[in-house]
Parts: sequence; structure tokens; C-alpha cells
Amino acid sequence: MTRRTQSILVPLGAIASGMLVFGVFVAMLGVNPFEVYGSIWKAAYGSWYSWQNTLVRASPLLLCGLCTSMPARAGIIVIGNEGALVAGGLGAIGAGLSTASSPPLVSLACMALAAMLSGGVWIAMSVALQHYRGVSAVISGLLLNYLAIALMNQLIEGPMRDPSSLNTPATYPLSADHRLGFFSGTHVHVGLLFGLVACLIAWFLVDWTTFGFALKVSGGNVRAARLVGLPVGRLVVMAGFLGGACAGLAGMIEVAAVHGRANESLNAGYGYTGVLVAFLSRQSAVGIIVVSLLVGGLLASSGMLQRAHELPDAAITVLQGILFLFILLSDTVYSRWKFTGGRASAVAA
Amino acid sequence: MLGAMAAPVLAGATPSQRPVVMGFLYNGPKNDLGYNQSHADGRNMLRALPWVRAFDEASVPETVAAEESMRDMVHQDGAAAVFATSFGYFDPFTIDIARENPAVQFFHCGGLYIENKHPKNIGIYFGFIDEVEYLSGMLAGLSTRTGKLGFVAAKPIPQVLRNINSFTLGARTVNPHVTTKVVFTGDWVLPVREAEASSSLADQGYDVLTGHTGSPRVIVQMAERRGVFACGYQFDQSSMAPRGFLTGAQWAWGTVYVRIAEMIREGKSVTDGTIPRRLTGTLKDQFCKLSPYGASVTPQSRDRIAAAKAAILDGSLEIYRGPVRDNRGNIQVPAGKVLKIVDVELDKMDYLVEGVDGSANG
Repeated sequence: MTRRTQSILVPLGAIASGMLVFGVFVAMLGVNPFEVYGSIWKAAYGSWYSWQNTLVRASPLLLCGLCTSMPARAGIIVIGNEGALVAGGLGAIGAGLSTASSPPLVSLACMALAAMLSGGVWIAMSVALQHYRGVSAVISGLLLNYLAIALMNQLIEGPMRDPSSLNTPATYPLSADHRLGFFSGTHVHVGLLFGLVACLIAWFLVDWTTFGFALKVSGGNVRAARLVGLPVGRLVVMAGFLGGACAGLAGMIEVAAVHGRANESLNAGYGYTGVLVAFLSRQSAVGIIVVSLLVGGLLASSGMLQRAHELPDAAITVLQGILFLFILLSDTVYSRWKFTGGRASAVAA
Repeated sequence: MLGAMAAPVLAGATPSQRPVVMGFLYNGPKNDLGYNQSHADGRNMLRALPWVRAFDEASVPETVAAEESMRDMVHQDGAAAVFATSFGYFDPFTIDIARENPAVQFFHCGGLYIENKHPKNIGIYFGFIDEVEYLSGMLAGLSTRTGKLGFVAAKPIPQVLRNINSFTLGARTVNPHVTTKVVFTGDWVLPVREAEASSSLADQGYDVLTGHTGSPRVIVQMAERRGVFACGYQFDQSSMAPRGFLTGAQWAWGTVYVRIAEMIREGKSVTDGTIPRRLTGTLKDQFCKLSPYGASVTPQSRDRIAAAKAAILDGSLEIYRGPVRDNRGNIQVPAGKVLKIVDVELDKMDYLVEGVDGSANG
């Protein structure tokens, strides 16, 4: 079995097993699992309307998936996506509100840049901590998530708060023409394009440039990379920055396209789900596009599961958790299969 | 004979006989023993009507997510009416989605609808629960030994101030020396702060605790633990305090939901005014009710409350009857004047009545 077929079959197997276990969970709640699968399909892909819902949710996932997959190529596991998204959202609203008198395109460009910078620095920090100081990026990233959320709460309840946002504290809103628009006749915002383009750029960067090759060498074997004279530290931190910039951009899209302001809903879990997306796609940028559509569809079906089957609102979170467990489990299967298909993988590598 | 039987079957296919599809969204979990559960409970009353298809979504945040949820209910389930039960769903989410879907009716619980500004397919519903708070306060006044009642409240908005005031007015009719201490927590769901505030009130000798938060279950629970009395709110919390529970003011949204379902079935609509824009009701209208009495409530107290309740039902007892003074000595309702459910003055209440220890500014 070639490496390519494996990298498709193993995640598919994990997803199938995850769905199966979720079916058992659902059956225990007294609901027919096949009807639930049917509802997920209907709510995610059953109609053009449902597709739009899926695409809206896939859009931040594309970018948040890249946040984990870029540094993963350099051998570092990043799960601080939520923090980077929130930091990016805050950067974006800061830039957007302070350029409110500029032309919309200028303002949006400033927002995107500020978001990418904030998100990028956020992740680069935790990657640098691991590379130079030996602090696990998993731990620091996780802790930085809480920091970002606390910072956001402080800002939206304090200095940046719009006094008229009585119920849900929020910043001042962006004016309507300073927001990202929708594809005509749909409720899908153009932020989707950002995600798709970012995935294609990431794919090109990692698979077709010397930078990408150097990244993979550093990720594969740090000592070998140093021996051939690669600036490992810079490469790794750069990969972290690029990943974080993507998550930051997702924050900008949430602010500029979805909410029109920053509030606690920035912290809606897209960052965490992005980790799942990256692992499901086996850190492949093109894979992320497919997996985002899949996971975006699951997220879009959450309401339908409640409405049609009276399942608890956490049902989709449970499914995500199960899927993640199976993906981690499948990694062990992977390394075992490598022995039998070793020749093929060695050639492919 | 067969033909006669077939006729109604055929008639069953006409549009008016299609099920009335109603969607509900709540801000928190359906089992919070508080506000959200009171709505979910109301929605469950619709199960008795075979011609209604009702469904809901819980824990929908007061953000664009609410708008998406309502849009899905319309587009994916064909909802004829959507019920946005949380205050923060109204502006801008319900307004936007109602504009987008003029053929669907939207009902919002307690929103501030502005004529000519907001779309016509939005209706508002709410209840005059002040009357029940008044009765609950009377029972608190009859039960307290120290004469000190504790009220843990979320935010100093008119709805909350009305409840603090009616509770205190009720208590002071049976014992004019009773005072109510108010502690504001700052938000609707802050269980830890609610528990701390309740415990601290118990320490200071407040021997009946109640509150107005998303769900005062924590307040009731803490009262039980500290061995003082408790009055509930929003939903029946008697199970949280088997010893010290007195009673509570709780919603009966089922009445509202069944009534609106019937009106929709008859082809009525809030858009053309055949369903009232503002649907509000009193204790008599069964929009709200008194929770079952706890074990510690004496028969004499039960009789007094029953008498007062009867007086409210027959209209002889009106709870906001002047003179009503605020706790800074100003007359707020002059003698001879009565505030009724329809008075918009109530929706703007910004003071605490005499006998309340606390500030309306939070």
C-alpha cells in the first residue's frame, strides 16, 4: 500500500469508526443512529442552503487548520489556534476601528494585516519558547489560549466596550461598508476565499519551494538540518508565525464578515476544531480543504440534531471528541503499517 | 358512507390542516431549573396538541449564532413561527431575521418593540409576574423571624427592580418592619458569586433568601444548606430545598405557547394584527403561577396567601397602589394612582421601594 493511499484510508477509517461509536452513543440516548446520520447529511449537504451553512463554518476551519499544520511540518505541535484566532480578531477590530475614516479596502487590508501579525506573533511566541527554551509548545499554546481569551474579555468589557452593548459586551461595530461582503445571493461571506487561497499558498510553499523542503528537513531531523547548515530556529519560528497568521486571519474574518464587531463569540471553538481538522488531514494543506468541508458540515448540523432528534446541544462536540480520539489512535496503526509497506513509503518519501 | 368519510380526509390536505411548525431557541441549557427550563417546559406543553410540530435549540448564544439558528428553523424545518426566548436575541438578531423573512412570524420574550421602526412580523410576549412575587414576598414576610430578607439579583434593569419591589411590597403588607437587602452579582449566570452572596446574607442574619438570576437554584440550595428559608423564581425550585422552601414565582409559558399555536392554526398573524403585538398576561391569565408550598409553610400562612391570591384574581387587590415611596423618600406612585400591567411606566422602573436596602444603580 502506498503512502498516499494510506494517508487517505487511515483517516477515513478513523472517521468511520468515530461515526460508528457516535452511533452507539446516540442509540443509548434512544435515537435511531441512521436517522441521525441522515439528518447530519441533510443539514450539511442536503441542499444549497445547507451547503452555504457548511461553507460559512468551513471558512475559519481552513485557516485554523493551517495554524496547526504549518508548524507541524517543522516538527512542532501547536494547539494554540483559539488564542491566535482571538488575538487576530482583537488586532482586526483595533485596526478596523482606528481606520474607520479610510476607504473600505484600505481599512480591510489594515485589519487583515493587523490580524495576521497578532495571530502570527502569538503562535511564534510559543514555538520560539519550545525551540529556544524547551517549553512544550503544546502546553504554552494551551495556556496562551486562556491568556488571549482573558485579554479579550478585559478589552470588550473595559477600554474597547461599546456602552450600548448592554447584554453581551462587545466593541463598537464596524460600519457596514467596512465589512467583508457576501457572495451575491448567498449568506456565504468572501472570507471563504481567504481560506482557500491560504491553503493553496501553504501547499505550494511546503511542497514546491526550498523553504518548504528546509522546513520538512528541520521537522524530520533537527541535527541533520543543522549539519547541512539550515537556520533551524528561524525556520521553525517562521512556520509558527505563518500558521498563527492564518488563525489570526480567521479571527479577522469572524470580526469583519460574521459579527461586525468583536465580542465573546470570537471564542466559539473554531481554533480547537482547527486542531482536529489539521490532524484529520494529516497536516496536508490540500487535505485541510476536504476535511474543513467535512467538519464544517458536522458543525452546521448541530442545530438540526437538536431540532429533529432532541439530542443535547453538546452532541456534535461529543462527536468531535470521539473523532479526535480515533485520529490519535489511528496514528499508532500508521506506524505499524509502515513496516509492511516500508519500501513504498521509503520511495515516496 | 365511504364518501362521507373520505371528505374530511381530503380536507385534511388543505393548507390550514398542515401542522403548525414552531421553533424555539434558548440561551442556556434546557435543564437549568430556571428561565430556560421554564420556556422548554412551556414548549413541552405543545406535545399535547397533535397538530403542532415544535422543536428547539438550547444554549444558543446571543450573537449571530441566534440569527443562524432562526434562519435554519425557517429554511430547513419550515417554521411558521419562531420563539426567541432570551432578551439579548431581540436587537439586532430577531429584527434582522424578521426583515429577511416577512412571511414568518417571530415572537420575542420581553423585547422592547418600537412601532414603525421594527418589522411588523414580530410579536412580544411577557407576563405580569410581579403579582406572584408579591405573594411570594408576603409568605417571606410571614415566615421571617429576623425581619430581614435577602435578594440576590443579576442586574439592576427594570424587570429585576420590579421583582425586588413587588416582593418587598408584599412582605411589608404582613409585617411593616421587614426590609429587603439587595445584592447585585452583575450577570445572569454566575453561580459562584450567587452562592457567595447568599452565604454572606445568611451570615448577616437574613433568614429568607430569594433572587432574580437566570436560575436562582444556587441561591435556594445555599439557603437550605445554611438553614434559612428560600423563595424560588423562574421555575419550580422546591426540590433544591426540601426543608426551607417556602414558595416562588414561576413562569407558565405553556399558556402563551398553546394560545399562540391556536391562533396561528386559525390563520391569525401578528403581521396583520390578528395576534396582538404585545401579548401579556397576569396571574389570572395563567402566564405565571405560584410554586408549590414547601413543607415548613404553616396552614395559617397558606390561608393568608390563598386569600390574597383570591383578591388579586378578583381584582380587589392591586399590587402597585399609591402611595408608593422609593427608598430615598420620594413619592413614586402618588396616592390614589394604581399601576397596572398595561402601564408602560412599569417597564421603565428605575427605583427601589421603601424598605429595600440597596441602590437601583447596582
